[in-house]
Amino acid sequence: MYRYIIKRLIAMIPIIIGVSFIIFTILYFIPGDPATNILGPGATEEAINQLNEDLGYNDPFIVRYVTYIKNALKGDLGRSYSNKLPVLGEIAKRIPVSARLAVGSIFISLLIGIPIGVLSAVKQYSLYDKIPTGIALFVASMPAFVIGMLLMLALGLKLGWLPVSGVKAGWVSYILPCVSLGLPYGSRQLRFTRSSMLETIRQDYVRTAKAKGASKRKVIWGHAMRNALMPVITVAGTSFGALLGGAIATESLFGLPGLGVYISDGIKFKDVPAVMGGIISFAIMFSLVILVVDITYAFVDPRIKARYVGRR
Amino acid sequence: MTEMKAPAVSTEHLEFKKPSQIKEVWRRLRKDKLAMTGLVIILIIFFLAIAAPLFADYRSVIKLNTKLRLRPPSLEHLFGTDSFGRDVLARCLYGARMSLSIGFMSAVLATIAGSLIGALTGYVGGRLDNLIMRVMDVVSAIPSTLLALAVVAAMGAGVTNLVLAMAFTSVPGFVRVVRSAVLGIADQEYIEACRAGGTSTWRILRRHILPNAIGPIVVQSTMDVSNMIRNIATLSFLGLGINPPTPEWGTLIAEAKEFLRTSSYMTLFPAGMLCITAFAISVLGDGLRDALDPRLKS
Repeated sequence: MYRYIIKRLIAMIPIIIGVSFIIFTILYFIPGDPATNILGPGATEEAINQLNEDLGYNDPFIVRYVTYIKNALKGDLGRSYSNKLPVLGEIAKRIPVSARLAVGSIFISLLIGIPIGVLSAVKQYSLYDKIPTGIALFVASMPAFVIGMLLMLALGLKLGWLPVSGVKAGWVSYILPCVSLGLPYGSRQLRFTRSSMLETIRQDYVRTAKAKGASKRKVIWGHAMRNALMPVITVAGTSFGALLGGAIATESLFGLPGLGVYISDGIKFKDVPAVMGGIISFAIMFSLVILVVDITYAFVDPRIKARYVGRR
Repeated sequence: MTEMKAPAVSTEHLEFKKPSQIKEVWRRLRKDKLAMTGLVIILIIFFLAIAAPLFADYRSVIKLNTKLRLRPPSLEHLFGTDSFGRDVLARCLYGARMSLSIGFMSAVLATIAGSLIGALTGYVGGRLDNLIMRVMDVVSAIPSTLLALAVVAAMGAGVTNLVLAMAFTSVPGFVRVVRSAVLGIADQEYIEACRAGGTSTWRILRRHILPNAIGPIVVQSTMDVSNMIRNIATLSFLGLGINPPTPEWGTLIAEAKEFLRTSSYMTLFPAGMLCITAFAISVLGDGLRDALDPRLKS
């Protein structure tokens, strides 16, 4: 098992280097130079040129990239142009907010998706199937920020039950953002759980289990569930990227001081180090989630586990 | 809503009888009530978008008219007016033009680029395949909204840049789908026969492989339009897509955000149009998937 985890961790390194390279290349084309941004409009041309030279801005592209990576490995992601603070510290402050949002909404999406998905597969074509799948079909095609606005309007502004902005109210302030982000992904998982479960309950071993007289509950949860869940886990992992994308708009809608807002503000103010650091941390977060998914997968699927147990 | 099962290509149906195949797909699609509803909704929204100049002048959609600020929906202004006194219905209709054309343009671009790369890498295989797929792995390790944000940050907002940015982010998805379809086709006997006969790689790709992989490509691009419309709205909502006063659904929703408590209609109408369109397109995509390959239907 450790072999598998280590192998996966090593495989992550080139991906992250590749990601940082692509982002660096894209952001290389952002107009404007760092010194003008740092020194402000009053600076003399010499001072600007001098600082640009010191910052390595005039070096060739590859040199700049290598320098960035070297500094990043030392924990220095540069300083933000807008507030002059180190990017790493800012990111470290914001990651908990984004992580809470992500974990909360994944939790909600699984809570909605899996039980209701199983229910609608088991009771295919009944109302327990048609109503949830119909709603899920519509909700899955809604952007998270629209759901967020609707929930904000209904539960926050009209009824006044939940806070709609900021994180001052503690965990309560995460309820609306997590639900609005979790709903579309939960709907996707619901549809996926349903179709995966439908496929599974037609398998021979499920019929055998039924034939030997196991109770319906035992057949579904004991025999079918584990197999049906595997593709669902994969989707939960890959859709996490889309969730992160949706999280940016959700954070800005609910005024959460997370990474997403940091990136989008950074883009507005052409704050290259902030955007660079923010996007790379998101990409690392995403790769870590995929890694966790793959490892979970190996735990659930004995065939993958077996491949790494035999060989030492 | 896209179920990520890469649809296998029904090679046995598609060969040599193209016209009847289209008819056959249409016959199956017509039986799918949900997909037909989606198609009708899409056609209506398309018509409204194209006919927008008949209902309102573009200048009136941009020009401020402070006398008419924030009027709730009435007979005169069916969707009410916004904080600048502009008719929300007219802005929604012009917004449809923007959202739909960006969605379609980027989906078309991504389809072309993704299909060519996917077919080439799947057919040629070997080291090229390995290289391209590793690059695609890296690109898809970046969440698509983030990638689009980075591209927009580097090139600046604007319709062309947005289209390019959005198309860029969905290329890896196409490459995967087309590649897996092509892998199934490339080792068929008739391809071997072509190669033995000395047909060039380009011609085999164009005449034999891509036409046979058309099913998954169509489904993927339909789904992509729906994703694109949502993503572009998200970008505009963040203030990084289409800039006001140009109407686009996401921009309209962003402008309405401040007035959510007092004038919720300003949010609800564009949001409704956005959701209904995205829904209709993905329902049609689902229907097309089943119609193109009935074996997949459970």
